[in-house]
Amino acid sequence: MTAPLKRWWPLALLLALTAAPYSALPLPGLLDGPLGSPGSLQLIALCLLYGGLATGYDLLLGRTGLLSFGHALYFATGLYATDLAMLDLDLDLVPAAVFGTACSTVLALALGSVSLRVTGIGFSMVTLAFAQAGAILVQRNPGGRTGGEEGRSAPAQHLPDALVGIQNTANLYWIALAYLVLTLAVVHWTTSSPTGRVWAGIRENERRVEVLGLRPYGFKLLAFTVSGTLAGAGGVVHLLLTGGATPQAAGSDATLALLVMVVLGGSGTRWGPLLGGVLYTWAAHRLGDLANSATVADLPPVLRVPLSQPLFLLGTLFVAVVYLLPGGLAKLPARLRAGRAPAAAAPATALPEGAA
Amino acid sequence: MSTVVLLACTGLGLGALYFLVASGLSLVFGLMDVLNFAHGALLSVGAYAAWWAATDGHLGFWLAVAFGTVVGTAASVLLELVLIRPLYARPRDQILATVGVGLALPALLMGIWGSDARPFPQPAALSGTVDLLGATVPVNRFVLVAAALAVLLLLRLFLARTRYGLIVRAGVEDRAMVTALGIDVRRAFTLVFAIGGAAASLGGALAGLYFGSVNPSQGTGLLVFAFVVVVMGGTGSVTGAAVASVGVGLVQQFANYAAVPGLGAAGLGDLSVVVLLAVLLLVKPRGLTGRLA
Repeated sequence: MTAPLKRWWPLALLLALTAAPYSALPLPGLLDGPLGSPGSLQLIALCLLYGGLATGYDLLLGRTGLLSFGHALYFATGLYATDLAMLDLDLDLVPAAVFGTACSTVLALALGSVSLRVTGIGFSMVTLAFAQAGAILVQRNPGGRTGGEEGRSAPAQHLPDALVGIQNTANLYWIALAYLVLTLAVVHWTTSSPTGRVWAGIRENERRVEVLGLRPYGFKLLAFTVSGTLAGAGGVVHLLLTGGATPQAAGSDATLALLVMVVLGGSGTRWGPLLGGVLYTWAAHRLGDLANSATVADLPPVLRVPLSQPLFLLGTLFVAVVYLLPGGLAKLPARLRAGRAPAAAAPATALPEGAA
Repeated sequence: MSTVVLLACTGLGLGALYFLVASGLSLVFGLMDVLNFAHGALLSVGAYAAWWAATDGHLGFWLAVAFGTVVGTAASVLLELVLIRPLYARPRDQILATVGVGLALPALLMGIWGSDARPFPQPAALSGTVDLLGATVPVNRFVLVAAALAVLLLLRLFLARTRYGLIVRAGVEDRAMVTALGIDVRRAFTLVFAIGGAAASLGGALAGLYFGSVNPSQGTGLLVFAFVVVVMGGTGSVTGAAVASVGVGLVQQFANYAAVPGLGAAGLGDLSVVVLLAVLLLVKPRGLTGRLA
């Protein structure tokens, strides 16, 4: 790879992605229709959105070392708060989106300040409990606001005309792309700032950060809030892309999906979570198609049953990645280059101490 | 009065179920620092094995429960030996691997037996009710409480009176020191995993009795509350888990009864548990027993 190509490939990729709606390139096997068709654009937009969400989630997991199991809560808050602001408060899209994202920020700040009082895995369990409470609240449909199991669709009268209808899928696609670029920029900017250095220090050894005279609590809370805000903005994009809010967005499976994406792609790397998010979303859609296809229905039960369950395949894939590919896909080129000495890449610390 | 008694018995039954899940989770976590996300899936395996033995296998209820427990224990040991043990040098990857298993196993159960709830055959002796202080309480509540008490007693005896119990307790305190003293703590890991799997799958089989049916997502649903119990009780503490389970079960049942109009029937109980957790963390960040979380 020549030096300019190495330096400028993200920009070239961005230009190519921006121009994708004008292309009629067929990608058989990867996409059902040609690249610029609404169906393909919708799928790519979802892939880009989840790439951005996974990148935002990695701000916690890979950059600060916080294993949160409640990220879906802030995503769902952005999603539902924006939708309900349009439906019940009669706001237009832009103020509603600002409101929804602000709700995520405030909620992340409030719940983060409680859950960060416990460290290590206790933090994971507490975030999970909060997210579960949120998921239950959405399911129970308090006062008929969230629409329960069915969710609520976004009101067309409050959306700009350019975002409604199948002929405008390209505009939604560009919004998803803009969200991804925004997330990458925020994560890149914050992690290379002095605060980001402290985050990396907390990830490596929290005790040493304390010894240096810094209080990790505030830095962790900042990471939690920034990450929650990014997730809330992602919720707004999801609302536009799918045209409504459904309770699946709030469930613990949604957080676990983000976790799988980040680990699949490579936690703590710049492009890994993006890669993992895109691949996972694409695979989940294609596996869903595979599960319903006639080829699978004709197989003997031993093969048919596992293949008809996308979650089984993804869970197994996840275990395989954790096992065989520590560091995820982003570390794969380096591992291949390292050749026949993969054992040296594994951390040599046997039986590390539990985090105090 | 009769309502209070009924609610208390139901809450205790639910708490007993939480304890069966949380005790193993707490021990495994206290000793190995592995948060086992597959614990709910083990519960589901136990529940489905017991259900299968009771329906297709035509076994009696108690034999079916024993069969479910054995299958769940075997699955648990297999999980530890095949997936967890090779990853000892990478603690976070151990958790991630259990997340993958926790996703895959319920999906597999769903693929084989469908996503609908299957009715669990109720033995005649346990499907009746008893009158207690004017309330009519289903017998299965007491079965769960008795099972949980038996498990608590056995665990405490094991931890206090046996050599391996001593190793487990010492390992919870300081694993590196136990290893430094020349004791192979890994065998204790497998043992604790087996005990946790046995308690969880027993809980799964009895959950079929309590809820009247089994479904693939039951285990994962209970797991979240078991996590709450573990955090509240303090990790590695069986007694703390028991106290916290009873508290969570009772709070949930009574809050459900007092459900405010508009929030739906069963929402308030689950929410109040989380509020209880938040308050406890604000007041005592280290859990009820004051251990390091």
